[in-house]
Amino acid sequence: MLFLRPHSREWLYLFTMINFDKFTLENGLKVIVHRDTSTQLVSINILYNVGARVEDPDKTGFAHLFEHLMFGGSINIPSYDEPLQRAGGDNNAFTSNDVTDYYLTLPANNLETGFWLESDRMLNLTFSPKSLDVQRSVVIEEFKQRYLNQPFGDVWLLLRPLAYKVHPYSWSTIGKEVAHIEDATLEDVKAFFKQYYCPDNAILVVAGNVTTDEVKQLCAKWFAPIPKGNTIHKILPQEPVQEEARTLEVTRKVPCDAIYKAYHCCARMDKEFYATELITDVLSRGQSSRLYTALVKDQKLFSSIACYITGDIDKGLIVVDGKINKDITMEAAEAGINGVLNDFMTNGISDDELTKVKNKLESTLRFGEMNIADRALNLAYWELLDGAENINHEIEYYFAVTKDEIIAEAKNVFKPTNCSTLYYKKDRVGEK
Amino acid sequence: MDTLDRTLAPPFGKIGRVDFIKHQEYKLDNGIPVYLINAGTEELSRVEFMFDGGDWYANKPLIANMTNAMLNEGTKHRSGTELSEKIDYFGAFLETEAQQDFSFISLYSLNKHLENVMPYFREAVVDSVFPEKEFNILIENKKQKWFVSNEKVGDVCRKHFNRFLFGDHHPYSLIAVEGDFDNLKREDLIRFYTNQYKSNRCQIIVAGKVDESVVSLLNKQFGGNDWSGIGITNPNQQNPSAYTINPLEEKKNFIAKEGAVQNAIRIGKRMFNKTHEDYLPMTILNTVLGGYFGSRLMTNIREDKGYTYGIGSGMASLLHDGMFYIGTEVGADVCSSALEEIYKEINILRTDLIPDEELDLVKNYLMGSYLKSLDGPFALADKYMGIKVYGLDYSFYDKYLATLKDVSSKQLLELAKQYLDPDSMHELVVGKKD
Repeated sequence: MLFLRPHSREWLYLFTMINFDKFTLENGLKVIVHRDTSTQLVSINILYNVGARVEDPDKTGFAHLFEHLMFGGSINIPSYDEPLQRAGGDNNAFTSNDVTDYYLTLPANNLETGFWLESDRMLNLTFSPKSLDVQRSVVIEEFKQRYLNQPFGDVWLLLRPLAYKVHPYSWSTIGKEVAHIEDATLEDVKAFFKQYYCPDNAILVVAGNVTTDEVKQLCAKWFAPIPKGNTIHKILPQEPVQEEARTLEVTRKVPCDAIYKAYHCCARMDKEFYATELITDVLSRGQSSRLYTALVKDQKLFSSIACYITGDIDKGLIVVDGKINKDITMEAAEAGINGVLNDFMTNGISDDELTKVKNKLESTLRFGEMNIADRALNLAYWELLDGAENINHEIEYYFAVTKDEIIAEAKNVFKPTNCSTLYYKKDRVGEK
Repeated sequence: MDTLDRTLAPPFGKIGRVDFIKHQEYKLDNGIPVYLINAGTEELSRVEFMFDGGDWYANKPLIANMTNAMLNEGTKHRSGTELSEKIDYFGAFLETEAQQDFSFISLYSLNKHLENVMPYFREAVVDSVFPEKEFNILIENKKQKWFVSNEKVGDVCRKHFNRFLFGDHHPYSLIAVEGDFDNLKREDLIRFYTNQYKSNRCQIIVAGKVDESVVSLLNKQFGGNDWSGIGITNPNQQNPSAYTINPLEEKKNFIAKEGAVQNAIRIGKRMFNKTHEDYLPMTILNTVLGGYFGSRLMTNIREDKGYTYGIGSGMASLLHDGMFYIGTEVGADVCSSALEEIYKEINILRTDLIPDEELDLVKNYLMGSYLKSLDGPFALADKYMGIKVYGLDYSFYDKYLATLKDVSSKQLLELAKQYLDPDSMHELVVGKKD
């Protein structure tokens, strides 16, 4: 059985390196090439170092609206999608609070089409008023579909401003309100492009059946002529330590009560991050995790419960999020969560439990690197965080975490004064 | 570099020959077929068990889904929590899913843990006992999710639309009502499990960087004669005519949802599945209408009018039937305008030839999608099972490539006339009357 390795209590992990080359153009564009000849495809990922956190508090949702406008035609090419599809490609993009990412996949022999399209929209956009009009409407419909017309859809619109009083993580990427999107002007769009969409504020990753030489040539042709920008990154106000428990209660037309407890925790690049993420795994990864077994199975307080870390570049949140069973009071549900957290902090975890969450994490990382598009995004993100080289050390960081570090970090995070709690109550008017 | 003309697209090539890794077929000692896709670059794999365990075989709401969901909730040897503990310990993941025709239980594992985790996977598949306590918890949790789902216009629309096409009491349109949750008994699941989750109603698909040694590993756990069903010779061929189809006579329907700010729309009809000769060209026609970002529906209703965040159309192939549908969620205030535009686009397909340039684009795009659909071991496995269950072989994909190359606008116009008559379609809107 050649493909099997004997199991051992040591963490025998296979160290599959992601190999790549890296270089920087004179205009500051960072380029990473990852070669994988097992595929006939190629992925291009361009990450711009701009997200919702740079927005003005009274013009929120803008980074995301802007992402939509990046498909509205660039200075020399009226349509982005059409020529890409004609070359057999497809694409998408996402905006987070920290970054905006554009990615496309093509048959490897049509790689140059991707370079042509992406370099032109980095060079300049057409800023068509029609595109702005239409995309404003599209984004407002997105706002409705995902945040307003769904049960519990507005949770993050409520929870963020409760947890963050100073830092711009206090709003979601979609924006605080529809009006902010309605008010966006073409001048705003132009200024935003000029400030953030330049080569020295971007990371380009090409992954798949390509060589570094090919990519270098294409970069010289398409990206090198783009002038360097002058991105000045705002100094963002950092969230002060929360010293008093915060609560918010809302009533909505939903079929059950829910509770959301958000605790401030470390930033993605803080040394505590790996221990902190393992806390959430102990508590809520898989059906043998603590919150699930205690509160869904044994005490039957919740129909579902999850705990996760936002993993943001600035200091983030650990959120415990549960839907409460019928006939269970909000107080009992919350006491249940606190009970699990206290037991965890008081009694610690076993060696097996630590092995379990580490093994689970290793699988998650591996399964998350199966295709070139995932690897391209991961490389781009690591380059932004800490240098792409460190992507190959990520697993070591997790495996180095000790039980004591996990418990120490849990005690640090799960303080009642560090918590913002949203009580999301079912509207019971008219019920028998 | 100043000579670079950025208005000119660089030349691009067509995709020529497409080679991909095909499955190898094995049999366990008890006859279970194993389809192995040895591909990929990472030392991991997915072991998928597919049973005749979908709604088709249950023909009552909740049974197929609940039976499937409870496979890892307790076995002859240990509780559900203990079982999860073991599987989690090896970093593996179990995934369960019940669809209209088949049900699945899949194990995702790093190869180095596969041998150790396999005995626990066996327990979930072969030795499940459906404990009363877990049953009661799960049914309550499902009920709560059902209540939440009923608040979503998109979910309500999808569920009821199928009912309008197939009528009540058809396995392809089962909708649970509240009483179903209260009436369901643990014994219903045990009965279904005992009949359907059997070695002679099972197929195994393994995908990953694994060689045939995985077969002996599977044989050790699953190859025995201790879990075969009785009296079933050809389980795949349950007679479809056993179920009558009674589509709703009224074609245009509306379900009110108080306070909705968006309406969900679904328009469509029953249609043939992959075994029909027109299926392949129809998928190309469908792509033109609503099957990709640059489709006519997206271009008109999202990118020109801004009525929606997204709109699309699709062909759903089921083992004994099929569907064509258009689906979207639009601002409640623009719902009737959106409907008007959707029908306009359908009708244009039925009167005007698709311009060559557009058809050419769609063909190239689909060629690229086809390459993507073959990328990686799991995709290759899905690609094979996507034909296998219909009794088709890889020549289906050769035919697809030939169709992509040869199909003409004239043929597509004929297909649109024949199959996309709006009068033959049902329409359902869920939300607020505008």
